[in-house]
Amino acid sequence: MSDDLYRELILDHYRHPSNFGHLKDATGKYRDSNSNCGDVIQMEVRVKDGKIDDVMFTGVGCAVCIASASLLTENVKGKTVEKALEMGEPDVLGLLGLKSITPERGKCAMLPLKVLKMSLLQGQKQA
Amino acid sequence: MRSYLVESSELVHRIRHDFPILSRLENGKRLVYLDSAATSQRPVQVINAVKHFYEQMNSNVHRGLYEMSEEATQAYEDARSNIASFVGAKPEELVFTRNATEALNLVAYSWGRANVREGDVIVTTEMEHHSNFLPWKLLATEKNAKLEVVRITDEGLLDKGCLEEKLKLGPKIVAITHASNVLGTINDAKAIARKAKDAGAVCVLDGAQSVPHMPVNVKEIGCDFMAFSGHKMLGPMGIGGLYGRYELLEDMPPFLTGGEMIKEVHIGEVNWNDVPYKFEAGTPNVEGAIGLSEAVNYLRNPGMNWVRSHEKELTAYALSLMANESSVHVYGPLDAEKRGGVISFNIDSVHAHDVAQILDTEGITIRSGHHCAMPIMDRYGIPAAARASFYIYNDKEDVEALIQGIKKVKRVFSVE
Ligand SMILES: Cc1ncc(COP(=O)(O)O)c(C=O)c1O
Repeated sequence: MSDDLYRELILDHYRHPSNFGHLKDATGKYRDSNSNCGDVIQMEVRVKDGKIDDVMFTGVGCAVCIASASLLTENVKGKTVEKALEMGEPDVLGLLGLKSITPERGKCAMLPLKVLKMSLLQGQKQA
Repeated sequence: MRSYLVESSELVHRIRHDFPILSRLENGKRLVYLDSAATSQRPVQVINAVKHFYEQMNSNVHRGLYEMSEEATQAYEDARSNIASFVGAKPEELVFTRNATEALNLVAYSWGRANVREGDVIVTTEMEHHSNFLPWKLLATEKNAKLEVVRITDEGLLDKGCLEEKLKLGPKIVAITHASNVLGTINDAKAIARKAKDAGAVCVLDGAQSVPHMPVNVKEIGCDFMAFSGHKMLGPMGIGGLYGRYELLEDMPPFLTGGEMIKEVHIGEVNWNDVPYKFEAGTPNVEGAIGLSEAVNYLRNPGMNWVRSHEKELTAYALSLMANESSVHVYGPLDAEKRGGVISFNIDSVHAHDVAQILDTEGITIRSGHHCAMPIMDRYGIPAAARASFYIYNDKEDVEALIQGIKKVKRVFSVE
């Protein structure tokens, strides 16, 4: 399964991630890390009328983590906050084109979604 | 030299036979176990000793008056003597703990709380495992004492000038690792213990990465305390030791309280038990002690001088091959004389996690991450590192497999 992990999709998004950087007028921002591996992801979102208007991320991480963040930010633009908050592991694996993942690497794959949700919730609290 | 090599490889061949796990497959490939710095494997002799305890004498120690319990108590205390002598200590100076972490916490909690006062100085270093850093940081915070951290050089050696500076502050405690679990650096424990003593400090040595890999004698070194873990030296998990100089242990208040660690308890008055039992509250890990004693016997056979020279040879070989690999960066001293069999490295633009995962597809198990030493990661400005570590059952073939694995990582990530 691991050889599977390093297919072009993941490697491409790792080398050239989409939406990498900072966002002007973010309505929500959150940063978190995986304590065991040193992956760090920060998400900055701008929500307008209940929809994700724009989202950018920064951070360091392994190929799975960075590709997940890149694919996720592409995917959620234009989505309602409600829909984004409903996303889970199957959605992330789907974006990465994986059927399954080991528990340890699962943490890398899921960190961006976790951070995205927190940034959305934080934005709601402040609104 | 040549005859040594031949003998050595025959010996490793025989040793490998004693480790049942080495014949399992990893991802369908021959298991190349390169993570002994995290935990070693156990020979069948150790596994059998634990089994024998449960099958033949399982009972609580220091309590029963019946034959079987006396046998268990005897085996437990024999284990203590044997393990104590392995590190040059007297039996009563060896406290059984769960691991090195618990041993270091015991010193900080018990000796530290009784002796450190506001404004005192505690010295530790930038190359510590968190378990020899956090207990001191906490103690300093609690007591309003100052934690002074000795820096490391770019090469990964302790900055001697910085150490001298810190010692001038008249510290109460100097807590330092004997061998780094990330950089491999072996510190001159004897010189540091003497300097600490001259400065009026107690010297706490973290022997988690030295006791398994080289001859260590606490009396020759002259440290006041030393911590180590059984699971890193062929023993079971959940058993470790704290050496403490007798006079110090005797004066220290207990760590955990409960059964076993008292002589008399009355509602108005308590009498603590003698050293080392004062520090062993509750039913101890008897199978662990017995297993670790067997592990020590196992190591005595090739001998710790052989263990050290075998690992030095593998390390020098690995370092020479890695030096030929472009885009591979090794941390720590490049001279195998100055380091143990632990090699941390990164490959340009590849995260350590991905290195470990791709190596695993080839059956090669290494560790990746911050190795519980985040200050070192900060020092080199890296989020994580990959780490390969060697032990008595590794051979040149394992080192060559590692290099082939590294080449594969570079191919997958198109690194030049
Ligand atoms: C240098 C060093 N000190 C302390 C420890 C802690 O050992 P344990 O987890 O067995 O308590 C380790 C383990 O990785 C280590 O490498």
